[in-house]
Amino acid sequence: MESFKHLIDTISNPTILFTATFLIFFFIFPINDWFDKWNRRLKLYGLWSKKSMLIVTFIMVAFYIVGLSDPDFRLIMLKPDNVPISGLIYLVYFFTWLSMHQAYENDARIERGEPLDEQYDAPNDKVLVWPDLVYIEFISLILCSAFLLIWSISLPAPIEEPANPTESPNPAKAPWYFLGLQEMLVYFDPWMAGVVLPMLIIVGLMAIPYLDNERSGSGYYSFKNRKLSIGLFMFGWLVLWNMLIIVGTILRGPNWNFFGPFEYWDIHKLEALTNINFSEFVYIKWLNTGLPDNIILREIWGLLVLLGYFLILPPLLAKTALKKLFARLGSFRYSIFIVLILIALTLPMKMYLRWIFNLKYIVSIPEYFFNF
Amino acid sequence: MAEIKNKESATKDPGRRPPAALSKTKTVEPITRRSFFSWLTIGWFAFAAATGAFFTMMLRFFFPNVLFEPVQTFRAGFPDDYTVGEVDLRWKDKYGVWIIRNEEGIYVLSTVCTHLGCTPNWLVSEQKFKCPCHGSGFYKSGINFEGPAPRPLERFKITLADDGQIIVDKTIKFQQEKGQWNDPEAILSV
Repeated sequence: MESFKHLIDTISNPTILFTATFLIFFFIFPINDWFDKWNRRLKLYGLWSKKSMLIVTFIMVAFYIVGLSDPDFRLIMLKPDNVPISGLIYLVYFFTWLSMHQAYENDARIERGEPLDEQYDAPNDKVLVWPDLVYIEFISLILCSAFLLIWSISLPAPIEEPANPTESPNPAKAPWYFLGLQEMLVYFDPWMAGVVLPMLIIVGLMAIPYLDNERSGSGYYSFKNRKLSIGLFMFGWLVLWNMLIIVGTILRGPNWNFFGPFEYWDIHKLEALTNINFSEFVYIKWLNTGLPDNIILREIWGLLVLLGYFLILPPLLAKTALKKLFARLGSFRYSIFIVLILIALTLPMKMYLRWIFNLKYIVSIPEYFFNF
Repeated sequence: MAEIKNKESATKDPGRRPPAALSKTKTVEPITRRSFFSWLTIGWFAFAAATGAFFTMMLRFFFPNVLFEPVQTFRAGFPDDYTVGEVDLRWKDKYGVWIIRNEEGIYVLSTVCTHLGCTPNWLVSEQKFKCPCHGSGFYKSGINFEGPAPRPLERFKITLADDGQIIVDKTIKFQQEKGQWNDPEAILSV
């Protein structure tokens, strides 16, 4: 049992956890034919069968129940703020499974030449609003209200001491739905992670209908014709949003250090995290000269990296790996699409750079509040 | 429709006086284009005035009559009250500063993290300030070295009064990244 807990704590180390996730993810949600080939070969689509759902749910519930015997795990999971996260894990899994299950079901139906699962043959081509369209919603509304009422009565919000600006709780956590953003704030300057990137998330979501001009497979659950769209969206939603929330809730402890789910929250856990900026890498580590006083000269390398990433990489990709996509989207759509994707990818990149190289900022101009 | 019906009933029975309210309907003048626009203008002005007044009130709300803030300038005892090499926590709760004495002198650090403004904790065993919100870490000097904090903690003006007491002035701050820590008032030599 102890060795099992130790194993879980070890793979909860963010470097291992995220590397494993990134490696596995696109085989489960293949974004192109190559991944799809391996998905079929490894029979990973079997994950969306009813049997798999029961097995995975059983494993998750069993893990939770067995884990609760551990006092450290219990302390984290049963904290009133964190209870929604347990629900979130099960719900996100279930609804991901449900949509993928229906998508594969529809793909199979189309292949067999049968009508879609969503097909509804209304008599006289007419549907009544009540009860046909809102009956389920109405029942759900009542059940959800009742559930929230009972929950809020039986598990009261923890009332803490009066707010005091000179005393921050340790760890000081945002509401659970913001923990992904709080995790992002660890790797970016506040105005990037707090203002620019959240805004780009919203702008990006709004842009989806304009960027995704693929007609086939639109309007019903399907996967076959929309591999890239679904794969990329699922990556952002499951990994960059939900997983960061779960990491922020369960794995972040005192002094914002990482702790395994079965690890004791030791306030004095010592982690050497001396961060340095890219300019210091270049001038002090590699060139062995001091930092130049001139800001432009100091940050020119970081700026060049960013320029290369955002201005040279997109046309390069359009000529090579993303040739087909570029042809389909056209240059305007493609530019917006690729810039949004590249910005989203800076998050995992910066996480790795921090964990592995202790790199803080690629461009760091604190004099003018610009850090990236 | 109702109006017409009533008129008819009034004419059918000439001996009876129409009700008082109904007699008024005849005197209403039709709305002309010109009067419509003048009423519309008045309406818009009234609306703008009410909205303006509302937002003025909201704006006023941002400038409270009383500010429950500690005074910005305070006396912090004598230099000998501070031990060399130690971070003094006694003014943290009241004034939001740490007073630190090293071999060179005494300086005052702000307790506001330069990342998003939480209050870091002084960890004696690790000899660093560590912020509980996003894990920024600062050396005793205030220099940031871990986590996302983009710049060092700020220092405040420190001077000696005539009676030999330390005076800390929080209205004047010194930022390392602007080269202000070399200012003679950023550190009190003793």
